Amino acid sequence: MNLALKDIRHGLFRFVLTCFGLGLLMTVVLAMIGIYNGLVSDALAVVKAPAADVWLVEAGTQGPFAEASSIPADTRDAVARMPGVAEAGAVNFQNVEAPHGGRTLRLYVIGYEPGRPGGPQAIAEGRGLGASHFELVADRKTGLVPGETIRLGRNRFAVVGLVEGAMNSGGDPAVYVTLADAMVLQTELDPAAQRVQAARGAVSVKSASVAAVIARMAPGADVELLTATVRQWKHLAAMTQGEQEDLLLASVVDKARRQIGLFLGILLSVSAVVIALIIYTMTMEKLKQIATLKLIGAPDRTIIALIVQQALILGASGWGIGLLLILTVKDYFPRRVVLEPFNTMVLAGIIAAVCLLSSALGVRAAMKVDPATALGS
Amino acid sequence: MALGDILIEVSNVAKHFGEGETRVDALRAVDLTVRAGEVIALLGPSGSGKTTLLNIIGCILAPSAGRVALDGELVFDGKWLRRDLRRLRLDKIGFIFQAHNLLPFLTAQENVALVPDLAGWPTEAGRARARELLDYLEVGHRRAVKPALLSGGEAQRVAIARALANRPRIILADEPTAALDGARAGLVMDLLRRLAVEQEACIVTVTHDEKIFDRFDRLIHLRDGRLADA
Repeated sequence: MNLALKDIRHGLFRFVLTCFGLGLLMTVVLAMIGIYNGLVSDALAVVKAPAADVWLVEAGTQGPFAEASSIPADTRDAVARMPGVAEAGAVNFQNVEAPHGGRTLRLYVIGYEPGRPGGPQAIAEGRGLGASHFELVADRKTGLVPGETIRLGRNRFAVVGLVEGAMNSGGDPAVYVTLADAMVLQTELDPAAQRVQAARGAVSVKSASVAAVIARMAPGADVELLTATVRQWKHLAAMTQGEQEDLLLASVVDKARRQIGLFLGILLSVSAVVIALIIYTMTMEKLKQIATLKLIGAPDRTIIALIVQQALILGASGWGIGLLLILTVKDYFPRRVVLEPFNTMVLAGIIAAVCLLSSALGVRAAMKVDPATALGS
Repeated sequence: MALGDILIEVSNVAKHFGEGETRVDALRAVDLTVRAGEVIALLGPSGSGKTTLLNIIGCILAPSAGRVALDGELVFDGKWLRRDLRRLRLDKIGFIFQAHNLLPFLTAQENVALVPDLAGWPTEAGRARARELLDYLEVGHRRAVKPALLSGGEAQRVAIARALANRPRIILADEPTAALDGARAGLVMDLLRRLAVEQEACIVTVTHDEKIFDRFDRLIHLRDGRLADA
């Protein structure tokens, strides 16, 4: 006879309500884990997208994500000719705010040279850039659809394709345009400002520059040799893909990551205390019944099973409800919530451990109960 | 009535709580023998030691001195001679409480079948025994009902069925009729007597209920931890 299940069935409504409450708490914990993962994943998405081996940026900077970087656009030609380099491409990054459909979209504009490294790895819908100008490929989170047009700067761009998971470390969805368009967008002035500059005799406020050049190496080529060579040029800095990712995590998202990590730790501690209190209270409410069980001869294992099984069922239900809820609502979060099976399994392990520890408190109280207390009224 | 084997043998049992100035002697040199088929009452004012004696016979409380034998087995002689006292209680003793103390999350039948289940009986045999007892105690029609929906008398009969489920030969009852009116209290005591005879068991009851004194074979009076008379 399984006393734990019988007891749960007896007070089913209350137990379900408790599980639901715990489930909501688990939803918050899972959401924080997902937001934490999302932050890291988003931050790395833009770095990983070009599938580069080496990043070449302005000397003395840690660009193009941690710091601004500006290098001559023709650097790409010099890099492409270096030994071991299979292909190279120049890229530009900038944030723009574009009015669209009655609202303002904050976009991360990535300029790249079609046919060279720097563009999206996979098109989810539509096609990639085909024309030299005024086409863009947008991340699905922008809400843009193929066939639509949107004004960026002084020009109107047609949306020709969609990608997924392309954004910057701030969570702004990316749009891909040609490098030429991106450079125009970066340097083009408002007509009034243009007239003032023309009157002063200035041709442009900025020379043709890009944020970085990325290179893909030929199989077996030595990445370290390339970076060492580039550093000797003095006017460029070179980073491997791994160094760029580490730099981005360390400088751009580190504080936010630590903040969320700390909050997650506090949340897990609060959850542990709440679970412990629930289980302890559930046990304390049953002390008279436990005394009766002891008096009629129930062995310790029957009493321990009653407490531990209920604790584990409570924990498992809370975890399950939490997982179900977060999977249902995660797409409504403004930033990406990334839940890996590993994370959920680790949380399940933590909850199981907390439940076992908490039930140990309850078991301790139950073991101390004097069976004689059942004899009183 | 012919009396059977000696089921409870308490010899020179003493129990004190605390030491020195705070020492309280709850029982002093108590001797008691109860035979199969006997129904006895432990009487006395509050603090006289009757509950202490009931707890010692029920192997819930260790005496400070003396010997205790249950159903022919010496169980205490300066120390408990069996490690697993709960198993001893499960095998030999049935308890009936003042408040019936049925487990609220089990039906009447499950409350009764729990005891055979704990004793390791096959599930169906335990259920059959529960049905048999509940029918015998005329609450069989309420077997699927939980304690909260039973009347006081029904709950007490279910509690009696639970106490008898494992066929114990010693039944200890603590104010079993306190929650019942006079007529029902008499019926319960008659029932216990009948069961004691049929199952060759003995019944030791702590009670203050004068209405049922005539239902006992012996009234054991305790005063200041001693047997006053028998």
